[in-house]
Amino acid sequence: MLHALAVVVACCAGSVAAQERVLPLSALRSGITFAGADVRAMQSDDIANPGMLWVERGETLWNAPAGATGMSCSSCHGTASGSMRGVATRYPAYDSTAGAMQDLEARIDDCRTHRQQASPLPRESDDLLSLTTYVAHQSRGLPLGVSIDGPARAAFERGRAFFARRHGQMNVACTQCHDQNWGKRLLAEPISQGHGTAFPAYRLEWQALGSLQRRLRACPFAIRADMPPSGASELTDLELYLAWRAQGLPIETPGVRR
Amino acid sequence: MPDARVNVPAEVARGKPFEVRILIRHPMETGYRTDESGKPIPRNVLATFTCRYNGETVLVARLGPGIAANPYLRFFVTARESGQLTFEWVDEAGVRGDERVAVTVV
Amino acid sequence: MTRDDTRRWRVRRRLLQCGGALVLVPWLPAGAAERDIVDIPAFATFLAGRSPRWERMRLDLPSLADNGQAVPMKIVVEGPFAPGPYVRAIRLFSQRNPVPEMATFEFPVAVERIEVESRVRLAGTQRVVAVATMSDDRLYAAAADVVVTIDACMDGT
Repeated sequence: MLHALAVVVACCAGSVAAQERVLPLSALRSGITFAGADVRAMQSDDIANPGMLWVERGETLWNAPAGATGMSCSSCHGTASGSMRGVATRYPAYDSTAGAMQDLEARIDDCRTHRQQASPLPRESDDLLSLTTYVAHQSRGLPLGVSIDGPARAAFERGRAFFARRHGQMNVACTQCHDQNWGKRLLAEPISQGHGTAFPAYRLEWQALGSLQRRLRACPFAIRADMPPSGASELTDLELYLAWRAQGLPIETPGVRR
Repeated sequence: MPDARVNVPAEVARGKPFEVRILIRHPMETGYRTDESGKPIPRNVLATFTCRYNGETVLVARLGPGIAANPYLRFFVTARESGQLTFEWVDEAGVRGDERVAVTVV
Repeated sequence: MTRDDTRRWRVRRRLLQCGGALVLVPWLPAGAAERDIVDIPAFATFLAGRSPRWERMRLDLPSLADNGQAVPMKIVVEGPFAPGPYVRAIRLFSQRNPVPEMATFEFPVAVERIEVESRVRLAGTQRVVAVATMSDDRLYAAAADVVVTIDACMDGT
């Protein structure tokens, strides 16, 4: 995938600027490296990690019949550890049938509605969180590598613009904290680079597991900006940009964050 | 739906204490939170947790809202005979849960 | 935290939300501290006039919590126990939580290794006290101070 990307870059003269990284690949650090010792210990222990409860629930749902077809995810996809391995590293991805960028949650709901003839699961519902976490968990340890080619390019550019733009009452842009001031402290807390590679993650502040979109929506709240609703295309655009920005970082789902 | 994860060593030495770890899915609702519409969410904590070893009670944990959501417990039990650890819990709404794990004593 | 850490009071810093005011937790001379903990009424009620021994028990909590919603806690009572008195129960008290009784761990069967871990919720910077009741009714206790800061970025989701 990375090789293909390099070839595309070489062939398209005008796209060289698009590949410029504010945060160079060599400087990438996962959010877990900014976390305290207790959070790190919780994430690294699969019995102590509360996120694993959602992985287990996801496994049950994976094997449960759903919708008018009475088929489960496993009916088509078999064992998730095989079929889903590596999948999360490619998301968000463009789906030509849907004609839109999809994050993992949207992809799962797409399968539910069109393949299982089942009702879509609401964002942040326990079932969707469990399934998403279970699927992403099958890529734990694998490096992120999303495509920003073709139809994904426009979404990528929108996501990048969102990240660089000032928002809200505090008139702050994501890049100011997460590209320019990561590692420094905001009150008592270190600022991370804002990658999201551990999501869906168990956030201590939520006392529950939540999606990356939920985490992304928390930031605008903090800077007194409008929060795009869950599932908004702006959030998927941003997820795509973040995934590209974090290229090569390993997926940690389910992560633990404060 | 699975709602607990348990871990004990694969084999334990007779007469020695062995480590038991359990993580239980439960919100441990304090009663001080409100939902999106501002309505208070009623208190409901996992109030009583019991661990039995081959039928004999070895630990009773009485938990309050001062214990974090999705309670994690790590404690020690003295190995005697091979058999089973059973875990039972009940919350303040009366909902019960249970889990079990085999113990192999060598 | 080591037992010596819990024995000695340290100056703790607390950053308040509006960026800068420092509040210093009072410093007390070593050795005097724990014996004078009576500012947790629930703990005093439990003691009912008895004096615990401030030894043999360890209460480990981080001195600065990552997040007050889930703070790792470990209680250890040093053995050996058999053939003498064993630990029957351990109680945990919070100085500032709305409900000061945090947990009780009961051991109907004697165990040679008393080590209990869990995660607690702390409503702000405070002291936590653990007290063990032995089979001969003797009490051992330990205390720990935890600084809990407010989230830098409020989460309204």
